[in-house]
Amino acid sequence: METLLKVDGVSKKYGGKLALNSVSLSIGPGRIVGLLGSNGSGKSTLMRIAAGLTPPSSGSISVLGKPVGKETRSLISYMPDLPLTESWMRVKDAVAFYQDFYADFDLEKAREMLDFMNLKENDRVSSLSKGMGERLQLTLALSRQVNLYLLDEPIGGVDPVARGKILDAIVRFYSEDSSLIVCTHLVRDMERIFDEVMFIQDGVIVLHEEVESIRINRGKGIDDLFKEVFGE
Amino acid sequence: MSIEFDNNLPIYLQIMNHIKRQIVSGILQPGDKIPSVRELAADLQINPNTIQRTFQELEREEVVETRRGLGRYVTSEESKIMAIKKEMAGELLHRFIHGMQELGFENQDIVSIVSEAVAEDRKQSVKEGAKGGNTAQS
Repeated sequence: METLLKVDGVSKKYGGKLALNSVSLSIGPGRIVGLLGSNGSGKSTLMRIAAGLTPPSSGSISVLGKPVGKETRSLISYMPDLPLTESWMRVKDAVAFYQDFYADFDLEKAREMLDFMNLKENDRVSSLSKGMGERLQLTLALSRQVNLYLLDEPIGGVDPVARGKILDAIVRFYSEDSSLIVCTHLVRDMERIFDEVMFIQDGVIVLHEEVESIRINRGKGIDDLFKEVFGE
Repeated sequence: MSIEFDNNLPIYLQIMNHIKRQIVSGILQPGDKIPSVRELAADLQINPNTIQRTFQELEREEVVETRRGLGRYVTSEESKIMAIKKEMAGELLHRFIHGMQELGFENQDIVSIVSEAVAEDRKQSVKEGAKGGNTAQS
């Protein structure tokens, strides 16, 4: 299978603490992948390294064969768990900011998504609820035309009803030949949109499998397996 | 379309069964167009590749057919739809018989219990039919 993202023996140390311990994995194109782990498991660290925001202490990571760095910026769109927008901005300013910044930004798609998300161009970013803020971040991240989307906790701050809307948007608006890695601890809510899942525990990938194979071979869902592995 | 999913079972099988039930019950008619992968994925909030797999399996079983450039349609062959009906009835029966056996019933007891229940059900329908005028009973 063709490889989109390749992570090879990546470790990350913060002071004396090992946040990632020799992680290796590869992801093909056209996949929605869940990166699942509890708080402090290293999942956000792995996302930040894949996004090129922080270098690994050792090991290598590449997208479409190019080492992650300057060259891969136009291949990856990253939705951080904290907003990148400024408080003075209105929704349209945030969109304009992204459009200025990224040549691959698709304004038409952004407008379509804003509409779907019930976001108004004149809304102040600072007055948005946490859930609406997440909708805006997701809109901005998915409106770029790239090969790899990295979404860090896209449904962390929203209530169960609004989660449905965000899942709907992810499935509706992601482009089919690109891949999406979603990191979350809300496994039950998200498991049905994944092709495959990775469990990360103490900086180590302890499982990486197709979700339907897990259901077929183990007769249980991802949430149940997650609870078993993480002993909740 | 909405489905109550059981996350512990393969999702593609659940969607396959859902579509088959819709065909058998007439909600989807022979020759009807079925939604695209993207539409159904968004409606059900399900991974698009899972929907793709569902459709591939339904095609393999000749329950739906692809018309190039037009989309997917429910088969127009009555015999196919009859076959799905039989298959689903077979599953129901199998579960029923197995459950009765677990309760300790012998096969001939099961047969007489079923025929009594069917007769009782028929009486009940006739009564209700009489009350409600000429309600169509199929």
